[in-house]
Amino acid sequence: MNPLLFWFFAAMMLAFGVSVVLNRNPVASALSLVVSFLCLAALYVGLDAYFIGAIQVIVYAGAVMVLFLFIIMLLDLGAEQRRKFNKVALVGGSAVALGFAAQLVGVLGKFPMGNKPFPELKLPPGESLNDLQHVGETLFSVHTLPFQVIGVLILVATIGVIVISKRELK
Amino acid sequence: MAYVVQRPELTLKEKAYLPSIISGLKITFGHFKKMLKGETKVTMQYPEEKWDAELPEYYRGAPTLVKDEHDRERCVACQLCEFICPPRAITITPEEIPADSRFAKVEKRPAEFKIDMIRCIYCGMCEEVCPEQAIYLRKDYAINGVTREEMVHDKKKLYELGGVFKGLVHKWNPEK
Amino acid sequence: MISLLASIPWEMLIWSLAKAVFVIFLVVLPLVSYTVYAERRVSAAIQDRVGPNRTGFPTTLLGFKKDLQLFLGGLGQPVADALKFILKEDFTPGGVKQFYFWLAPCLAMLPLVSLAFIPFGSSFLGEKMVIADVNVSVLGVFAVTGCGVYAIVLAGWASNSKYPFLGGIRSSSQMIAYELSMGLSIIPVLMLFGGMKLSDLVQYQADNGWLLLPLWGGGLSAERWLMLLPLAISFIVFTISVFAETNRLPFDMPESETELVAGYHTEYSSMKFALFFLGEYAAMIVGSSLIVVFFFGGWSLPFIPDGQGHAATFFQNIFGDFYALLPDWFWGLANITVFFGKVALVLVFFIWVRWTLPRFRFDQLMKIGWLYLFEIALVNIFLTAAILAFTSK
Repeated sequence: MNPLLFWFFAAMMLAFGVSVVLNRNPVASALSLVVSFLCLAALYVGLDAYFIGAIQVIVYAGAVMVLFLFIIMLLDLGAEQRRKFNKVALVGGSAVALGFAAQLVGVLGKFPMGNKPFPELKLPPGESLNDLQHVGETLFSVHTLPFQVIGVLILVATIGVIVISKRELK
Repeated sequence: MAYVVQRPELTLKEKAYLPSIISGLKITFGHFKKMLKGETKVTMQYPEEKWDAELPEYYRGAPTLVKDEHDRERCVACQLCEFICPPRAITITPEEIPADSRFAKVEKRPAEFKIDMIRCIYCGMCEEVCPEQAIYLRKDYAINGVTREEMVHDKKKLYELGGVFKGLVHKWNPEK
Repeated sequence: MISLLASIPWEMLIWSLAKAVFVIFLVVLPLVSYTVYAERRVSAAIQDRVGPNRTGFPTTLLGFKKDLQLFLGGLGQPVADALKFILKEDFTPGGVKQFYFWLAPCLAMLPLVSLAFIPFGSSFLGEKMVIADVNVSVLGVFAVTGCGVYAIVLAGWASNSKYPFLGGIRSSSQMIAYELSMGLSIIPVLMLFGGMKLSDLVQYQADNGWLLLPLWGGGLSAERWLMLLPLAISFIVFTISVFAETNRLPFDMPESETELVAGYHTEYSSMKFALFFLGEYAAMIVGSSLIVVFFFGGWSLPFIPDGQGHAATFFQNIFGDFYALLPDWFWGLANITVFFGKVALVLVFFIWVRWTLPRFRFDQLMKIGWLYLFEIALVNIFLTAAILAFTSK
């Protein structure tokens, strides 16, 4: 991946991620999240992981966020009110965040893998890049059981939604 | 009382919906094909094709003034048409015919006769009311102009459009 | 910095740019405007009218005696339409959410992006005629079309008016519903082909017969003829879903005039409205190119070779000497023409259907999407799997 592109999309992603939190208008937040997802997908594509990139866009930007927007618009949520800051909470919160950041930097600096450049990935000779096939094979051979369990979990959730929505109110 | 609508029972073929879509498509394609072959009767392509030859005798086009066979203006400026005109499109300025004129006996004629073709509704009442049969609705229908002034037909233009009209009225004929 | 610049693959960039400019500005945008024109002429012919046949090219302005009228007449209509849209007053109603009101028409042109994944020709001067030749191009197309909802939702919401809002809501629920059946209906094709790369899929069809017309090469096997059943089902489901996705009649709920004025673009005027209009037709072109690529062999015609002068073995044996007579770039151009010719045919079909069928009711639309097409597509996948499992032994 070209470093220029990486920095561009990474910066965009972080900027829009921040704007999700800072925006007071819920629709603006949701749309920032969409742009952030799209930049993330661009990063995946830059790593030649086209499958993950496309799925990222389809699932998050194309489906989940549309439903989000839908609900925000239907409920007609207004802009959030500005709250007064509780000084103690502010100081405490930033102290925790700073402490966590310092810890992270410290650990990562001492982590031996963190100082080594990542070895370049090379395909075995005679094999073309087909991440779709790799993902499929891994999912259905190595991780078959977790995959099935997740499927059942989603089915349970779906049935649960139907039961809750069909239940008559007393 | 509630009225229960009896819905017809649909057969499986009708429920499948696709066969009826296909028969619908066939119908529209038939029309399309006929059009391409030029078998469909369509509207007249106006500036190239015109209906002028088939215009009926009673067609009500632009109102015009006519002269008789002695080159006399038939209009005697009685202003009946001006009064009857529903949209008030006609404006007449009458004047006396000078004594030395051949038609001094008629006494009155329009000095100016204006029909505002923007207001005219081609109803033909002026033609109907005229005692002198001086104003006629002719077959001119393409009346156009760039300015409002152009759309006002004055006396000269009206006689140009009307021309000479023979017959019927003879009461001002000196030979009679 | 210099190393950064050197790391940019300039040749690929320039080729991609050239292809994108060619496809979007020289082919698809004119195709969009002439689809609008075709829509008006075909609808007129179907309804026994003449349609717009007068707008020639105003050569009288240049001092000629008559306007230039080409064989059908009215071919200058799209130019006149565009001029009209640009020159109209761009009116922004009060109370709209300005930023989103402007953003929505821009997003409406998003369907054009998915053209990047569609192979519009075999190869030309040794370069593959597809802008982004990735191995998941099917998913890429769906990803981009899935994001097309945003334009409509935002337009409906930002207009701050009830009819656009209802139109926006209808459209988004419709798109979510039909995206599912669209995605599922295409799985049998991918199962048969065993991949998601559209350019390879088209090459496969060129060598082994179109998916719906397996008459040469590998298409003559019993397996492929058995597969015709699920493929036909998936073709029908996919086509219906494309109609619904592009908001075409009989599924044009979002802008059903009798109920919702004009739906989500009621409050838009001038070029902003035109962008929605063009976006809709661009989506139609994307949809029909997908149909062509999946089921009708993309750029391939059985007796025309690809950009390297190779045809399927059967035809190569018969016409091989003739192919060699003409240069490869000629065949490359012929492939591109064939592709857009097929797309144009499918577009005419879209128009034909529009002027034949009345509109569905919204609850019927949802019922068809969720209760019929979705289930049919699901069962179709199992049917395909069964056929593949039995015939592969």
